[in-house]
Amino acid sequence: MDWKIFARSIVVVTEKNMRIYYFKGPVVVFGLLFPLIMFLTFFIGRNLDIILFFPGFLGMMLFFTASSVGPLITPWEKREKTYERLVSLPVILESIIIGDLMAGAIFGVGITTIVFVISAVLLHLPLANVGLLAFSFVLGSITFAALGTLLASPTTDNPSNIMMLSSLVRLPLIFVSGIFIPLSQLGGWEWILTSLSPLTYLVDLFHASLNGDAVYPPWVDVLVLMAVILVFIWCAKVIQKRNLVKGI
Amino acid sequence: MDAIEANNLSKSFGPVTAVDDVSIVIPEGGIFGFLGPNGAGKTTTIRMITGVLIPDAGSVRILGTDVNKDPLTAKLKMGVIPENGTVYSDLTAEQNILITAKFFGMDRASREKRAGEILDRLGLSERRNDMVRTFSKGMRQRISIACAIVPSPPVLILDEPTTGLDVYSRRLVIDTVRHMNEEGSTILLTTHNIEEANALCTTISIIDRGKIVATGSPEKLKKTFDTSRYVEVSFDQPVGQALFSAPGITRAEPWGDKWRVYTDDPDRAVKHLASAAEQNHLTIVSIATSNPTLEEAFVRLTGGV
Repeated sequence: MDWKIFARSIVVVTEKNMRIYYFKGPVVVFGLLFPLIMFLTFFIGRNLDIILFFPGFLGMMLFFTASSVGPLITPWEKREKTYERLVSLPVILESIIIGDLMAGAIFGVGITTIVFVISAVLLHLPLANVGLLAFSFVLGSITFAALGTLLASPTTDNPSNIMMLSSLVRLPLIFVSGIFIPLSQLGGWEWILTSLSPLTYLVDLFHASLNGDAVYPPWVDVLVLMAVILVFIWCAKVIQKRNLVKGI
Repeated sequence: MDAIEANNLSKSFGPVTAVDDVSIVIPEGGIFGFLGPNGAGKTTTIRMITGVLIPDAGSVRILGTDVNKDPLTAKLKMGVIPENGTVYSDLTAEQNILITAKFFGMDRASREKRAGEILDRLGLSERRNDMVRTFSKGMRQRISIACAIVPSPPVLILDEPTTGLDVYSRRLVIDTVRHMNEEGSTILLTTHNIEEANALCTTISIIDRGKIVATGSPEKLKKTFDTSRYVEVSFDQPVGQALFSAPGITRAEPWGDKWRVYTDDPDRAVKHLASAAEQNHLTIVSIATSNPTLEEAFVRLTGGV
């Protein structure tokens, strides 16, 4: 395989997605308003410790923004009949999957960085390790953009089907993560259940980088998230290749 | 080297065999037409040739590169207009062309120059900055063609490029296909329009029920049915089938305000028609003999008679 052509195809798919699906007024405005609404929902009128719960809030923001649009791209393009044109261009399945992933990740990092900077200034948040925080933004965005790409893979040209599936998968992942109850306060089956959500490891990384109070060593969180990324991409590839064989 | 070489392509969807052991060899420089009725397997074959669909069996090479083994290199050699080819509605006409050019690795100056040339050629210069969602079907199809030809591909594959277009758009598409062929592109196109295939193509394959039933030049295919000719005749009054019962007449069918009378011996048929008109006090308004058309060959080959 010519790696230069492959890399170029990923970059152009990413650019195409950013232009068509992400750089839209409503998408960006929603991306910025959503954290504000979530913040008001969680923190106003409740006597929560912002320092303790902010990593969870940040993780949830990244989770929602990075995986918000990705699930809809492939079904939408199949419905609009542009997917067939895309596949006939000099791309391979991996170019489309990684390009979709990159677009979601860039959007997730961009929106979450803005939200974090505003929050850090207004709320005087601690920052234990800025390098680890930046790395966590990137890793978390890629993880959840990969989830978005996986959710886009099932056979359908109806985006509303995928929206239902997306909610069905994403909401439980939030509830079983360590967002609402700190990991250090969990035990037994709660601990096991929480360990199943990749969001748990990202929130733990945020704890490490913001407050320095992570439960797992950062390398464990990083390894788990990287493994999750590979599994999501592999599953997306298997499903989308099957679709190409079936002609759907 | 052949431009397109498809060997023993087969594809089934569940119990339905859409394409059954189809082989096509298209030498460089020609315009190859792929004809067939709806559901014959044209689009499935095209989708396998362009790498959009993975075949159950067989292989495809574009200018020597295997589409399934080295898809990136193979796809760099072809421009494709898929069936119902659509472009991105939320991009402008020019953005659609430019982003396609990027996939082919064209540098910025080449992309912009080529996009300008193509928009001029296709009569869309004034709409270059308009969103495609505001375009008519014909204009969208022209943008689709613009995207396919922007890299000046050595192989151009068009699936039903003129279906549903107005006369002006259809003429532009045909002119563009001819122009690309003159510039050196090998063309593979599917069409329902037999006269269009007759006028454009140097070679035609007719596919039916997933199998290729004939391949040759349009003239050669017409001559396949040279023994079957017909006479078109119209009378001043309505007539019935009984009038055409005579030795040498194989069948007769209404054809607009005329009758088309198939025969192995037109001279004998004409004499019979003149005689029958006299006996029945009819006046012949018009009468003409014709050789079979490509459409006739198509109908016969695909079992439409």
